[in-house]
Amino acid sequence: MRLWHFFIENRSEVFALIAEHLWLVFLSTSIAVAIGLPIGILLTRYARFRGPVLGIANIMQTVPSLALFGFLIPLPFIGGIGARTAIVALVLYALLPIIRNTVTGILGVDANVREAAVAMGMTDIQILWQVELPLAMAVILTGIRVAVVINVGVATIAAVVGAGGLGTYIFRGLRQYDNTLILAGAVPAALMALAADFLLGRLERRFDFGARQKRDRKRARTWRIVWITAVLLMVFGTFAAWQAKLFSGKESPPNTAARIVVGSKDFTESVILAEILAQALESRGVVVEKQFELGGNLCHDALVGGRIDFYPEYTGTAYTAILKHSPITDTREVYEVVRKEYAEKFNVEVSSPLGFSNDFAILVRGADARRLNLKTISDAVPHARDWRAGFGQDFISRADGYPGFKQAYGFEFSTKPREMDLALTYRALATNNVDIIAGNSTDGLIAALDLVQLSDDRHYFPPYQAVILMRKDALGRSPLVREAMDSLSNSISTEEMRRLNHEVDGKKRTPKDVAREWLQGRVAK
Amino acid sequence: MNSQQTQVPAVEFRNVSFSVPGTSAPIISNLNVTVERGETLVLLGESGCGKTTTLRLVNRLLLPTSGDVLVEGVSTRTWDPIQLRRRTGYVIQEAGLFPHFTVERNISLVPELEGWDKTRIRERVRELLDLVGLDAKQFATRAPGELSGGQRQRVGVARALAGEPSLLLLDEPFGALDPLTRAGLQKEFAALIRRLKKTVIFVTHDVREALMLGTRIGLMRLGQLALLETPDGFLSSSDESARAYLETIQLSHV
Repeated sequence: MRLWHFFIENRSEVFALIAEHLWLVFLSTSIAVAIGLPIGILLTRYARFRGPVLGIANIMQTVPSLALFGFLIPLPFIGGIGARTAIVALVLYALLPIIRNTVTGILGVDANVREAAVAMGMTDIQILWQVELPLAMAVILTGIRVAVVINVGVATIAAVVGAGGLGTYIFRGLRQYDNTLILAGAVPAALMALAADFLLGRLERRFDFGARQKRDRKRARTWRIVWITAVLLMVFGTFAAWQAKLFSGKESPPNTAARIVVGSKDFTESVILAEILAQALESRGVVVEKQFELGGNLCHDALVGGRIDFYPEYTGTAYTAILKHSPITDTREVYEVVRKEYAEKFNVEVSSPLGFSNDFAILVRGADARRLNLKTISDAVPHARDWRAGFGQDFISRADGYPGFKQAYGFEFSTKPREMDLALTYRALATNNVDIIAGNSTDGLIAALDLVQLSDDRHYFPPYQAVILMRKDALGRSPLVREAMDSLSNSISTEEMRRLNHEVDGKKRTPKDVAREWLQGRVAK
Repeated sequence: MNSQQTQVPAVEFRNVSFSVPGTSAPIISNLNVTVERGETLVLLGESGCGKTTTLRLVNRLLLPTSGDVLVEGVSTRTWDPIQLRRRTGYVIQEAGLFPHFTVERNISLVPELEGWDKTRIRERVRELLDLVGLDAKQFATRAPGELSGGQRQRVGVARALAGEPSLLLLDEPFGALDPLTRAGLQKEFAALIRRLKKTVIFVTHDVREALMLGTRIGLMRLGQLALLETPDGFLSSSDESARAYLETIQLSHV
C-alpha cells in the first residue's frame, strides 16, 4: 500500500525512470542485435572463428557487472559516466545470447531444406535472407529474449555510473534504509522483465514452422505485435531521451554563464552537498549539469578525466585512498598535503573546509551501549569475541580502514567481519544481524535507529574534513563560480550535516528540497 | 546450328572420379556414361554405391576430383553454378520444401528468382499443381506442414519443374512414402515424364521403380557402372547383381 502511494505521489519521476530504464534496455539490445546478428551469421560461414569468438563473448558475460562498469569508466570514447557507459556494458552482456543463438539457429536449419535451396540456384545471400534467417528466427528471438531479460536486470546496476533507470530507486532505497524505495525500483523492473519475456515469447512462437498453422492470419498478427511493441518502445524511449536530456540544447545557456558539471558519490551526504553546490551555482546563473550518485572511486576518475568539474570529497579519503599515503591524524597536515598534491598531480583545487568532518564512526546498538556501558572503542574490545562485525567494502579495503583499526585496538572477532554494502550495515546492526559496524559520523540514521558512536580514544582514524574538489579550468570559466564556492566555506557544522542527512534518510525528503531549504535559511540569516 | 545442338547429349560423364579429400577410397571411380536428350536414365544400386554422388555432380553440388561432367556440352567446371542449377530440376527424398513458405511460394521460387512476371508465375503454379494432381484452390495457400508425405512429394516435383528445366534430377523421390502412395505416384510420374519429354536422371534402389520409369538402367557398384541396359536388356541380363535384384521382385510376387 505504501508502495502504491509512493507511485502515485512520485508518478512523474517513476514514469521517467521507467522510461529511462526501457530506453537503456531498448537501445543496448538494438545495438547488440545490430552487432551480434552479423557476427553470428559470419560465424556460420567461417567455422574456425566460432570457438574463439563465442569464447570471448562467454567470458564477457561472466564479468560481474559492477566490475565491468569499473573497467569501462577510464576508457576514452566508450567510457566515462552516464548512459553511454551503461549502454556499452549492456551491449557486451547482450552479445553472447544473440551471437550464440544466431549460430545455433542457422546451423539448425534442416539439411534437406538447405540442400534444396542450393540446388534450386539460390545465391548465398538469398539462402540467408529467404531461408536460413526466417527458419532460425525462433531460436534467434530466444537469444534476444534472454538478452533483454538479462539487461533489464543489469540496467538496474547502471545507476551507479549515473545512467539513471530504476536502479536509482534501488540504490537510494538501500542507502536510506527504505524498503518502499527499493521495491519502487525492483517491482517495475521485475514486471518489465516478465513483460518482455512474455511479449518476445509470443513473437517467437509465430516463427515456429514445425506446427500446422493458419499462417497468413498469424503472420499479420505477428507483425501487429511487433509494430505495437516497437512503437511503444519508441514513445517511451523518446520520452526518456527527453527526460535524460540526451537531446540537449533544449535549454541553451545564457551568454554570460559558464557551464559546470557537478558530481557526487553514491551516498546521501554527498548528494546533499552536491545539490547545495549545484544550487549555489545555479542561483548565480551558472548552468549546472548533474552527475550524481557515482559509485566507488568513479568521482575521482571522472574528475581527473574532465567528465565532471566539481564534487564533494573528504580530506582523509583523498589523502589515503587517492594519494595513497598512510593514515595520519593531524587535521591540518592532511588538508595541506591534499591541497598541494591535488594541485600538482591533477590540476585540481581543494576548497577551504566546508565546516564539518565525516569521520569513520564505530557504531553499536544503543541498547548494547547502555547495558554494557560502552563509551569508547577500547570499551568494546573485550566483547568482540562474541560479536559479529559488518563493514562496508570501503572500510574493509582502505589503508585507514579495518586492517589498521584491528591492529590499533587489538580487536579479535571470532568470525571474519561480513563485507557488505555500507547502507546495509546500518540495517544489519539495527536488526541484530551484526553487533558492530563502521558508519559515518554525520549519518542521519545514527539518531534515527538509536545507534551509539564509540569515541576513537586511540585516535586511529584520520580526519575527514568535507571539501569540494574543483578542476582549475572550471573555476576559470566565470568569476561567479568561485564566488559560489567561497560562499560555502565553513558553512555547515557536523550537527547541521547530521540533521540534513536525517531530513533525507529519515524523513524521506529529496536532497533537492533539503538543499534548497538550507540555502534559503542562510540567505534569511 | 539447331540440328547440331540437338546432337549434343544432355549430360555426359567423361572419366569422372570423385573422392572426399583426405580419404583413400574414391566414391566414384572413372565413370563414363552419356545421357541423351529426352531419355530417362535410372541409376540403381545399394546405399553407398555412389549413385547420389553421381547425381550431385550433375548440378555442381559437387565438382569431380578428376574428369569432367558435361551438361549440354559444357563442363560443370565452366558453368555458372547458379545458372546451371536454375535450369536443372532437383527433387530429393524428403522434398526439402521450405516450411515457412506456402505451397504456392515454394513452387514459384525459381520463376521468382528468374524474375518472371506475377501473372505468369501464378498461371504456372496452377498449371503445375494440376499436373501433379493437386487441386490449386485447396492447396496453393497451405503450408508444407499441413500436407501428407505424398502431397509434399508432389509439390516437390512441381517445384522442380517450375523453371521449365530441360533436365530433371531425382534422388529417391518416393523412397520415404508408404507402398500404396509410392505405387500411385510412380505410375503418375511415369506418365508425366513421358508427356513432358524431359531428360531425367533418377536414382533409386527399387528395381521395380527402375523398370517402370527408365529408358535405360544403370546398375552401380562401388562407384562404377557395372551394367547399362534398357529395361528389356536388364531383365534378360546374366549379370549377377541384376539377377539378384530381379529375384527380389519375383520373391515378392510369390
